[in-house]
Amino acid sequence: MAKELPGYGTIDVPKDRVVPFGAVTPAPVCQQDLFQTSNWRIVRPVKDDEKCTRCLICYLSCPDACWVYKEEEDVMEWVNNFCKGCQICIQECPSGALTAVPELDFPDGVARLDKPF
Amino acid sequence: MQAFDYKYQQLEPVKSFKRVPGPEMYVPGHRTCAGCGPALNYRLVAKAAGKDTIFIGPTGCMYVANASYLCTPYAVSWIHAQITNGGAVASGIEAAFKIAMRKGRHAGPFPNIIVMAGDGGTVDIGLQAMSAMMYRNHKVLFICYDNESYANTGVQTSPMTPYGAATTFTPPGKEIPEGKTLFPKNAPQLVIGGHPAVKYVATTTIAHPLDLMNKVRKALSQPGPTFLHMLCPCPKGWLFDEKMTREMARLAVETGMWSMYEWENGTYKYTNVPKKYKPVGEYMKHQGRFAHLKPEHIAKMQAFVDEKIKQVQRPIPVAAAVPGKQ
Repeated sequence: MAKELPGYGTIDVPKDRVVPFGAVTPAPVCQQDLFQTSNWRIVRPVKDDEKCTRCLICYLSCPDACWVYKEEEDVMEWVNNFCKGCQICIQECPSGALTAVPELDFPDGVARLDKPF
Repeated sequence: MQAFDYKYQQLEPVKSFKRVPGPEMYVPGHRTCAGCGPALNYRLVAKAAGKDTIFIGPTGCMYVANASYLCTPYAVSWIHAQITNGGAVASGIEAAFKIAMRKGRHAGPFPNIIVMAGDGGTVDIGLQAMSAMMYRNHKVLFICYDNESYANTGVQTSPMTPYGAATTFTPPGKEIPEGKTLFPKNAPQLVIGGHPAVKYVATTTIAHPLDLMNKVRKALSQPGPTFLHMLCPCPKGWLFDEKMTREMARLAVETGMWSMYEWENGTYKYTNVPKKYKPVGEYMKHQGRFAHLKPEHIAKMQAFVDEKIKQVQRPIPVAAAVPGKQ
């Protein structure tokens, strides 16, 4: 949507970023996809399933809810899109199942997203 | 006249990590710093409160960092209040729901109304609104997430900042070598001492997630105003490594800088009291805000903490009337 700004000319606002009337925004359901934080991190936690005891301490110590327990497979799952790389889970893990690995060692390592937020 | 039944929610305590409610009400995708203590605290509180909840967010980190650029991480209802009036907005919402239920316009359970205020929104700028809300006996849970500074505007000193901390308003220098010279307020005692309508006050930290969730659930099941004080270490404001967030909260309890207790109808119940307290230096050495302190300043802090520990071992008798006892 093209918008007229006095003194600046026209700017292009993507349709999903137009401010609705009264600035009431839709609530997220499971995750807020408009604000992905994966490009913040410089290290990522890598788990060792042999050592992991499924004590759920990482699940309850992550500020970004990046550890999810999958009950069917009995395994902890890491959420790639939102981990900020704060390493609280690595520090708290009682069995030493998590290690910090530099982000750029991975082929899908996120250095920067394609477009800014 | 018979009292109207507002169908207050009665939440069951969480027994173990496996039984923690699954759905996230404070979802990933927010702008808080990596390793943010308040964000972890918010997530645990929202998890414990469940889906029938209304959050009131007075200005602070948890408003500024979460509700920016038209995206919020709240899966439940949320409203922004000014930093001065978190309690007043909550009172209005609670009164409106009560009237709607009396008139039959709202059938469902009474929502959990929670104010998530920072330490500035609780004991400094927002004190009058909180006090008025508690005086008028609204059924609101007021939570103070205490990161011991005004962190979102650049770490200024607040009344909860401990003695000796360096902030941008209390920089250590030649004239005042210790940085902050004043000792912090005691927020739970402020509530307990001055508000007869409040029947439940508790303190907790983010390093004890089950304790935190159970205290939130217990507070939400009370029929009147309640207050929770939570320690949320802030890696940016306290200048420690971001992975130490939970470790800092644990050390605060182990050194006696923070005491965990529950106050219910005039009786104290202390939990997580260590057998032997560590010296406060253990807690301070990790934090850059205390890096400039000299041994005499740490000794002064230790004396302050020792005084606090004495109160822990000897619970303060408070002359509050216990119902049903004379």
